[in-house]
Order: sequence, then C-alpha cells, then structure tokens
Amino acid sequence: MHSRKPFFIFVALLFISGISASIYRSVEHNVPFFPGKQVQSWSVEAKVMFNGTSKPAEASLSLPQDPAFDVLAENATSAGYGLNISEGEDRRAVWSIREASGRQSLYYRVTLVPTGQLKVDADEEPVTPEPFLWQVTERGAAEQIINQVWERSASNISYAQQLMDVINDSNQSQNLALLLSVNSRTQLFVQMLQSKGVPAKLVSGLMLEDQRRRQQLNPYVQVYQDGEWILFDVENNKQGRPDNLVLWQHNGMSVLDVIGGSNSQVNFSMLKETRSALATSIDMMMNTDSLDFSLYQLPLEEQSTFKGILLIPIGVLVVVFLRVIIGIKTSGTFMPVLIALAFIQTTLLTGLIGFLLIVAFGLMIRSYLSQLNLLLISRISAVIIVVIFIIGLFTLISYKLGLSEGLTITFFPMIILAWTIERMSILWEEEGPKSVFMSGGGSLFVATLAYLAMSNSWIQHWVFNFLGIHLVILAMVLVMGQYTGYRLTELKRFKPLAEDK
Amino acid sequence: MKNYAWPWELRRNGVLNMNKRNIDYIGKYNQRKFYKRVDDKLITKQLALANDIAVPDLIGVVEEQHKINEIPQMVLGRTGFVIKPAKGSGGKGILVITHVENGRYYKPNGDEVTPNEVYRHVSNILSGLFSLGGIPDVGLVEGLIEFDPIFDGFSYEGVPDIRLIVFKGYPVMGMLRCSTAASDGKANLHQGAVGVGLDIATGKSLYAVQFDKPVLRHPDTNYELSQIQVPNWDVLLHTASSAYEMCELGYLGTDMVLDKVRGPLLLELNARPGLAIQTANGKGILDRLKHVESLKGPTLSVEERVAYAKKHFCSNPNF
Repeated sequence: MHSRKPFFIFVALLFISGISASIYRSVEHNVPFFPGKQVQSWSVEAKVMFNGTSKPAEASLSLPQDPAFDVLAENATSAGYGLNISEGEDRRAVWSIREASGRQSLYYRVTLVPTGQLKVDADEEPVTPEPFLWQVTERGAAEQIINQVWERSASNISYAQQLMDVINDSNQSQNLALLLSVNSRTQLFVQMLQSKGVPAKLVSGLMLEDQRRRQQLNPYVQVYQDGEWILFDVENNKQGRPDNLVLWQHNGMSVLDVIGGSNSQVNFSMLKETRSALATSIDMMMNTDSLDFSLYQLPLEEQSTFKGILLIPIGVLVVVFLRVIIGIKTSGTFMPVLIALAFIQTTLLTGLIGFLLIVAFGLMIRSYLSQLNLLLISRISAVIIVVIFIIGLFTLISYKLGLSEGLTITFFPMIILAWTIERMSILWEEEGPKSVFMSGGGSLFVATLAYLAMSNSWIQHWVFNFLGIHLVILAMVLVMGQYTGYRLTELKRFKPLAEDK
Repeated sequence: MKNYAWPWELRRNGVLNMNKRNIDYIGKYNQRKFYKRVDDKLITKQLALANDIAVPDLIGVVEEQHKINEIPQMVLGRTGFVIKPAKGSGGKGILVITHVENGRYYKPNGDEVTPNEVYRHVSNILSGLFSLGGIPDVGLVEGLIEFDPIFDGFSYEGVPDIRLIVFKGYPVMGMLRCSTAASDGKANLHQGAVGVGLDIATGKSLYAVQFDKPVLRHPDTNYELSQIQVPNWDVLLHTASSAYEMCELGYLGTDMVLDKVRGPLLLELNARPGLAIQTANGKGILDRLKHVESLKGPTLSVEERVAYAKKHFCSNPNF
C-alpha cells in the first residue's frame, strides 16, 4: 500500500488553491461573497454651457481620473456635435461642431464606484518646481512669512500644515492681509510651497452629495511627500481627503477649454445610487477587459447553460455525502442529481408530483410490456416513447386545466425516467413493492436534498462566480472517497454487535 | 439513540463497515484484473474444474437469443435445473426449477413457470439486466443440486448455502444461510433468510439471526438452530481456502452447497462479500482480518492455513 501522504498534500493543494482563487476573485474583482449585496455608486452629470458665435466651436472637458473611483459607465451626448474622448495621462472629452450659435449645452454623464483607495501615489518623483517669482510689491511680505514658517517645519508636509494654519489664521498679520488682497488662499498656498521648492499642484475636486445640482469644482492642493500626493483643502483649513471627493482634474491642466465660444461654464449635478454589487463588478470587469477567467465572457445562452452545469458538482457532493457518510441507498447512483436538476425547473412540489405520476403510469405500462417478451433494448425504448407520451399528455391536461406548473414537466430527463421505471419494475418483480418504495423513496429524498442545496441562491451565486469553489468540492469528494468510518445507517444496522462481550 | 450504536462501541468490537471494507480490504487485496474470475461464473467454473474443485454440473450455455429455444432439449430427462446469469450479482436473476413434469416446469414453491416466462427470463439475462453495469451476458444452465438430507429442516424451499470469508487464503468467518418463506427461497439475509454463524474450528452453529435479530429456531420449520453441525467441514474449509490460489483475490467470499452425492460444491465466488456475516456470528470480523494481516513468513499451504485458522478462529456458541 503506497503512502497516503501525497494524496493528502494533493487534496490540501486543491483546497488551498480553490479557496485562494475565490478570495482573489472577491478582492481583486470585487465580486461579492453574498448575492444581493448592494454598493453605492454616484451618477454625476457635467453640463457644459457656452454661447456660440456662429463659428466652428470646440469644447474640451477634463474627465475624472481618480484611484478612489472607478468609472463604471460614461457617455456624452449632445445633438449635432462630434465627440472624441482622448485617453492617456489627461483624459478629455472633446466636442466639436462646424457652426454653433446661441446658448449651447453639452452633457457628460459618468457613473462612479468608490474603490476605497483614497491614497494618491505618485508614479515618479516630481521635479522640484522653479521658485515662484513674486511681484515686487508682494515679495517682501511673502518671503518674511515663508521664512518664518520654514524655520518651524521639518518636512514638506509639516511645512504645508504650518503654512495652511498661518494662511487661515484669524489674527492676520499685515503681511498676509496684503498678500490675500490680490491672491486667493489656495493660490497663495501653492506659490509659497513652490517658493521653497516643495512639489505642489493645484487640483480641482468635486464634493459628492446626494441630489445636488449646479455644483462647481473646488480648488484643492496636492503636496508631495514620500511618493504620495497629500491633499490640502486650504479654503476650509483641512488636510487629507474625504471619501466623497472626486479629483476631477489633477494634472495641472484646465478643466474646460472652449474655442469659438464665449461665456463658458461647467456645472455638475449628482445622484447617489444603490446597485447590485455583482452587476457592478461584472460591468467593471467588462470595462477593464479583466474577465481573465470568468464565465461572463460567454454569450448569454451559454452562460445560463453553465449556471445549470455548475450546480451538478453540488448535487454530486450531496449524493456522495449521503451515500458514503449517511449510507442512504438510491436507485441509480446519480439519478437523484438529474431529478434534482429537473426540480430546479419545475419547483419542488410540482416536480415531486410530476415524477410520481410519470413513474406510476410508466410502471403500469411496463407491467403490460413485460408480458410481451421483448428484448431489453426494445422494451426500454418502448418505455422511453411511452414516457414521452405521458409527459405530453400531462402537459396537455394541465394546460387545459390552466395549471401552468404542469407545463414544466417537460424538463424531466426522459431516458433517466425510463431506466428508473425499468429498474423499479424489476425490483418490484424480484423483491416486492416494499423495496420499490424504499429505493424510490431514498432516491426522491436524496433528490430533494440535492435540490434544496442546488436551488439555494447563495450556492448558485458561489458556484458560478467563484470557480475556485469547484476545486474545493473536488477536494471534499476525494477526501470522502478515503473515509473508512461507519456510515450513519451502519450504526443502526450493527447495533446488535455493539454490546459488550 | 436507543436504536443506534456509538461508532467507538462498534470499533471496539471490531465491526467491519462498508467504507473500510471497500478501501482497506477490497481495494487493497483484490486486484481488478482478477475480478472477472469471480464475476463471470463461467470462468469461475472452468477455473474450478482446472483446480480440481467440485462445482455443480454445467448442462449448457445460452449465448444467443435463438439458443433459448434449445433449453428444453438440454434439460430433457432431468428432474430439475437452474438458469443463472454468468455475471449476475447478489443472487439476482437465478431461476430454479425443482420439478419437471410432462415438459412443464415448477419452482420450489410449486408455482408453474411457463415456457414464455423462461424465454423472457433468459432473454433478460442475455440483455444484461442482471449483470453489473448492464453489460450483455450469457445464461448458464446448471444441474439441480440434490441437497444433502442432513440439512432437512434447516431450510425452507431452498438449498442452504455455506458462506466463508477467505482472507489471504485463511478462512476467517463462516455462516450458513437458510432460506425462509420470507426470503422466497433465496439465501440473501437482507431478504429474510436466516443466517447461522459457524465455528471455523468445528462447523458447529454459534449464533443465528433473521432480519438482524437473534433467533433460536427456524421460523418455518421450527428446527433448533443451535443443533446444527455442518458435515464435511474440513472439505469445505479446504475448498474455500484453495479458492484463494485459484482466483488470487485476497478478500474473498466463497459460497458452497452440500450435494447428497457429490459432497461440497463450489457455487460461486464473490469479490465483494457482504458484511452480514458479522451479524450472523454476533461478532466483528476486523480482529481476525488484522490477525491475518499481521502474519509474517512464507506463504503456507492450504492444509497449513486451514489448520492455522481452525486453531485461532474458534469461538464459543452464543445462543
């Protein structure tokens, strides 16, 4: 007997890889572990307006690029305009038209899904900015403040923090009052950071709040420190970013450029939405072409086929468990799984009634056929044809009676039913009706349990979305194949042997 | 929990269970390539004859549909015969005719079997209805065993047969299976036959059960089961033990009957013998299997193995 160690290592590997594939799918692709889980998403509409001058016009709007939000869907509509969305470092939507006159309105709609990734990493070390050239009138005042703050700081961030405090100090010094009279706080902040060679950039962000209209982008500042861009909201004297802020433009480019128009503006309206986490993650995978190993790549028809096929391992697992661990006898090893698959289409009660009706009628007809001395193969074939007649008859009757449930009876696997009838008929002749009821009842019991497992919405969700589960099932089936312990029914059967001798 | 035993109680008493039998005994000691020697009764018969083991007469073999009509010719002049599938399992598909009168056939219970029924039965055999996996089969027509009158009263409407479990050539446990009215003349315990545990050393009865419950008397004949002494016990042990060399299966069930004239006959071999023999003996088989597994040294001869088994696997009656 060879060692069982390699076997258990193999099973453990199967188990671990199945579990980790499932976790990977959940973490990397945000496929939810539980069906019906909801996620928040934001539907944001940017409305660009300008006055046309009866000349060719081109409007270019910067599009959001933020690791904290994934773009689930986007579209831009505006009648008569050509549209081009340029990808790359700076994503922009460019509308163009040969002649624009009067007030023009262009729309860009985007659905954003929060990713929770609030940190903005710098791809590369930013270049140290050129010191800002102050106006002659401002230079003295600015340098005085800068130097004071620089003395009190240790790093880029502490310098920025101190600076923001000073700018927002309610007891303004005269120097600061002078500078703020010609600059906004945010501008002043950036200029003062750049004067000391601290990489900083002005960005535009949009606060997401449910059901807001006519919102504007707000200016924020990102300061570089140790590979990361840290956000400062100078106007509100806040450091760090709230999770409902979208960085709409952070490459130092303009948000909106309009050529051939005047009085241009952009405003935003937004709506919070709740949608299925699963649908969201599927859409995301579609967008990013990362459906590396997902059945959602298949056409819809094949997908629904696979939804059924992938339930079979669950049914098989139930059968293996009930036979090896519990010890229930069934007629035909995997016949209950096929019956359970049919139950999924027919629902349980209709399925049970339909199954019993077909088998009962089939047994009656079979008992007539047994008098005809037919060869086995033609007898089975005759039973198959008769089963089809019975199914057709029941379908017709239930249709006439208006019982729509009866129509699903066609989902029963006819060949399997014919074999079941044949086996039960032989069993009846050989061992009497009691054995038929025992074996048929056992099969129906197993089929019902398999059905309950297979129709569970969580299980249906798992087997289709986490293919790794099937490796786990395989591992469990293999382990049960090595189970040498007593079956539950054997504990009863061998009860007389349990007494002390 | 009144009807259920705890697993450790069974383990303590060495009760072998289905899963363990399949994995640790059948899977380990029975090579797949030798299965056909026992699964096909025709091959078993030929092997047995080659090994000087007595088997019931082979009257004829029906391989094809048209040969079914030759059966009356084959059995002409006989008082009874048996038709069985060569690859049947669990005693399925065996038709026993104990009485022939004016070309009409009668079952042990007196029911007539019409030629039509015989035809259909053999046709079913050929189609593989009784064989494992439904593969096409052949029908064997065998002579009826004239069972030893010493068994009168042991059995109702059928021949009692002797099942021995032979492990690596050692007979480790035995039982006598007596058919009853409940079992319809069949010797299967789950159908209601009485199982009588036999002492390996002597062939005396140890214990008896029907439907897993202890019984003292045969339910139909009222025969006292504690009085059974199987005759020719040593010959039975030798036949069973030598079946190991013949089929090379480590875990083997041998079914034998006693013929009035010819003595013990090997009826069939079973590569997957059932577990009910433990209930019939009121004793788990596992300790004896482990005992044999632990034996070291060169392979012993049949005589030595039988002697060893008689010495080590004897028990006391438990009525």
